[in-house]
Amino acid sequence: MAGGVTSSGVVGDSFAAVRTRLLAPSWLVLLFFMFAPMVVMLIYSFLTKEFRGGVIWSFSLGAYDQFFLDRGLFGDEPPKIEWTYITIFLRSIWQALAATVLCLLIGFPTAYFIATRPVSQRTAWLFLITVPYWVNLLIRTVSMKFLIRDNGPLNEALLAIGLIDSPLALINTDFAVQLGLFYSYLPFMVLPLYASIERYDFTLSEAAADLYASRRAVLFRVVVPSVKPGLVAGCILVFVPSLGAFLAPDLLGGAKNFMIGSLIEEQFKGNAGNWPFGAAVSMILLTIVMLVLLVMARSRTRDVGSAA
Amino acid sequence: MKTTLLKTGLALGLTAALAATPAQAAGSLSIYHWFEYIPQELLDKFAAEHGVEVTMDTYDSNESMLAALKAGKLGSYDVAVPGDYMVKIMAGEGMLDTIADGELANKGNIEEQWLDVPFDPMRQHSIPYQWGSTSFSVNRDQYAGDISDTAMLFDPPDEVKGKINVLDSQGEVMAMASMHLGMPQCSTDRTQLKELDALLQSAKVHWASFGSDVAKDVLVSGDAAVGMIWNGFSAKGRAEGANIEYAYPKQGHVVWMDNVVLLKDAPNRDNALKFMDFLLEPENIAAVSNFAQYMAGVNGALELLDESLRTSPESVPPAGSAPGVFVEVCDQATQEVYDAIWTRLKK
Repeated sequence: MAGGVTSSGVVGDSFAAVRTRLLAPSWLVLLFFMFAPMVVMLIYSFLTKEFRGGVIWSFSLGAYDQFFLDRGLFGDEPPKIEWTYITIFLRSIWQALAATVLCLLIGFPTAYFIATRPVSQRTAWLFLITVPYWVNLLIRTVSMKFLIRDNGPLNEALLAIGLIDSPLALINTDFAVQLGLFYSYLPFMVLPLYASIERYDFTLSEAAADLYASRRAVLFRVVVPSVKPGLVAGCILVFVPSLGAFLAPDLLGGAKNFMIGSLIEEQFKGNAGNWPFGAAVSMILLTIVMLVLLVMARSRTRDVGSAA
Repeated sequence: MKTTLLKTGLALGLTAALAATPAQAAGSLSIYHWFEYIPQELLDKFAAEHGVEVTMDTYDSNESMLAALKAGKLGSYDVAVPGDYMVKIMAGEGMLDTIADGELANKGNIEEQWLDVPFDPMRQHSIPYQWGSTSFSVNRDQYAGDISDTAMLFDPPDEVKGKINVLDSQGEVMAMASMHLGMPQCSTDRTQLKELDALLQSAKVHWASFGSDVAKDVLVSGDAAVGMIWNGFSAKGRAEGANIEYAYPKQGHVVWMDNVVLLKDAPNRDNALKFMDFLLEPENIAAVSNFAQYMAGVNGALELLDESLRTSPESVPPAGSAPGVFVEVCDQATQEVYDAIWTRLKK
């Protein structure tokens, strides 16, 4: 208010003041729901752990030391690189990447199919995509477990038609985890892709074909670049939650191998009770996610820039 | 502007005060309990007998309960129901109130063997709730041999390899593994600890999954041929028609006891004590037992248990079997090594 009164550039400044006030609620929301928890996490990751949960308010690099350095089972050997947690991260990243690629391979044709239906039918198709997701994720994951267990319907059917002699060991494998991730997040790929493809001007494909572009060239040099925003959004929406997933590894993977999500959960709710370490793992995960988003965002700005 | 804020604040404060008053006038009790571990009828009975409004929140592990209380919930609950080792931990953290002599009218009802327990000498903070054992069960359709040996879990016969579920519970898995190797639970001997680490790593190759809430389901469905499990849970699985047998291995088994504790800063301390007295009445605690399928530690409750529970092979160890032991609470330095072994196991 004060700024508006003293300033001479009335239009510009009062606009700025109004803008500040109008933006204030969203800033408050961001401050409270995003920055504040993240700052708490950042601070906790540099504190000393209290035995059996909690923190002692003195600075410590212990959490990061535990993540990166292996000092042996008893903590008194010369430090080596700690592979335990890096392995867990690599496994999670690999699973999340695979889920993203699989979702893309199935999601893109699906979205394309829906977007090319008559307008009157599209809502019905989209509706069908979302129906399974009205059911809680936990229940869907448990159902998937019932389907693929050793004496579940899938194995029984394959046995009945004589395709296999003994049940396929699907449950409690990395494959099962992948199946769970891919299945959980597929609509997150389809929906943004659909939104992009729907707005795509299909006469561009015709024009490209008229100019002797092969079908392949039409797809990769005309369609894909045009729908890239939806593609990038879809990939982010699948990759990021897959990275932190803990239901699928827990229920379908048999909780045998930690993924990042379960590792963090164990620090707060499990026996370890090591809050600074859980916070540190979260911060490292956050950094990786931010880097991925940054790279994606840069690639988008570059495209927009070159197109202009 | 300021006046509006003030008025709003006043109004909110008044509402809160009004909302709180009737509850306090009638008396209330706030319970922090495991999920599905007390019949609703029993809570209703207590509420009716004492004119108290009972509220209950639930948790799914001792550790998550501890974490929630540490994160600021202490002071909002009157009683909680930690397992044996957790009573000791919570007492060590100063989270428990002391029950003075004579404050519990029914304290004399506690069975002799559960009165002076290692995790709470002379029951200063707690009363028995339910007790049982942890061991493993075997699907007899899939394995017919001798099962009274912890090797079923840690060095399994070929028939069950790759079909074993172990509880996702560090303390109980480590305790069973220590019994298998014949070493103490909180060992500080490096050779022993390395041996324990190596045993778990080699056993994991034959394990299909870690899971606690699914422990019964995997046995009933046949996904697992051998599964670590609590005795009452196994009895439920057998009642569902699974041909499973609960083992009392010759190396020993884990005994656990859940206990009702009086929390520090309990908002309704008097009602908490009334509730504890209520649970020390044989007929009330027997109702819990008949619901949860575990044993009570109260004199006179045994006769009130369902016949099937009192005589089930899960609750009655065969004559001459090794005694059960509680999971021990290690000091910090020792516990950190056990934590490291567990993380290595699950990487």
